Amino acid sequence: MRWLLVALIAVATTASDVMQAAAMKRHGEIHDFRPGALRRVFALLARNRMILGSVAVMAVSFFAFIALLSVADLSFAVPATAASYVLETILAKYLLHEPVSLERWAGASLVACGVALLSL
Amino acid sequence: MPWPPSRPAAVISPSGAEAPVSLAPVNVHTARLRFKTRLFTALVILSSVSGNFSLSWGMREVGRLISASPMAYVRAVFNPWVALGISLLLVWLFAQMALLSWADLSYVLPVTSIGYVLSALAGKIFMHERISGWRSAGILLIVAGVLLVARTAPHRSGAAS
Repeated sequence: MRWLLVALIAVATTASDVMQAAAMKRHGEIHDFRPGALRRVFALLARNRMILGSVAVMAVSFFAFIALLSVADLSFAVPATAASYVLETILAKYLLHEPVSLERWAGASLVACGVALLSL
Repeated sequence: MPWPPSRPAAVISPSGAEAPVSLAPVNVHTARLRFKTRLFTALVILSSVSGNFSLSWGMREVGRLISASPMAYVRAVFNPWVALGISLLLVWLFAQMALLSWADLSYVLPVTSIGYVLSALAGKIFMHERISGWRSAGILLIVAGVLLVARTAPHRSGAAS
């Protein structure tokens, strides 16, 4: 049961992050942090299908996460959600066309190994 | 006078290459972007750690929750700690969306993973969870990975890493 929830969380988190990043990349850099401008950005993004999809998948991941928290420690639950590091980096490179340098690959791999160790 | 005038202390990225102190617009832009990136990275990390901690605390009060009934989830959401956790995770969501509007996902993810280290420490300090030798090794690996990725430029149009 634990690991089923972990798998669900990993897949849903990956999908949510990649969709969110894709939508925000397309939106472009937020420059203006005055309340009025932020409200306009919010109104724009609230109608963005990619963002809505990302939030929906995030909700799935969230409820799976609190279900997991109710049967496991925080220090098991949180690291387990990070099983998707390398997968997300691969998707960032091939789907989002990000420049993933050697340093980023090495960093993401170290983080993934570290996170796996954390759950022991 | 370089911008930002002073550095926020809570931020991880020890950028190897400092922007030269120059008034050329491009450098001002780079420095400003770096400041924004650090600020939002710190916000993403702090809101996710405190949000997860609060949720975890609340779920201890709510008890076992593997249930097909939606009512069990509704009841959980009305626990004050769970509600606080959800609010903090909303802050996290907006901060991360803003950060992703100028920084790469392959930068943001590893760098914000320092939050796992803080979560582990919070679990140890406030909930008396044990940190085993393996967990300590994991913490060291994460810190190394974060330092490595934080050295790269956050965005494709930034200086080559």
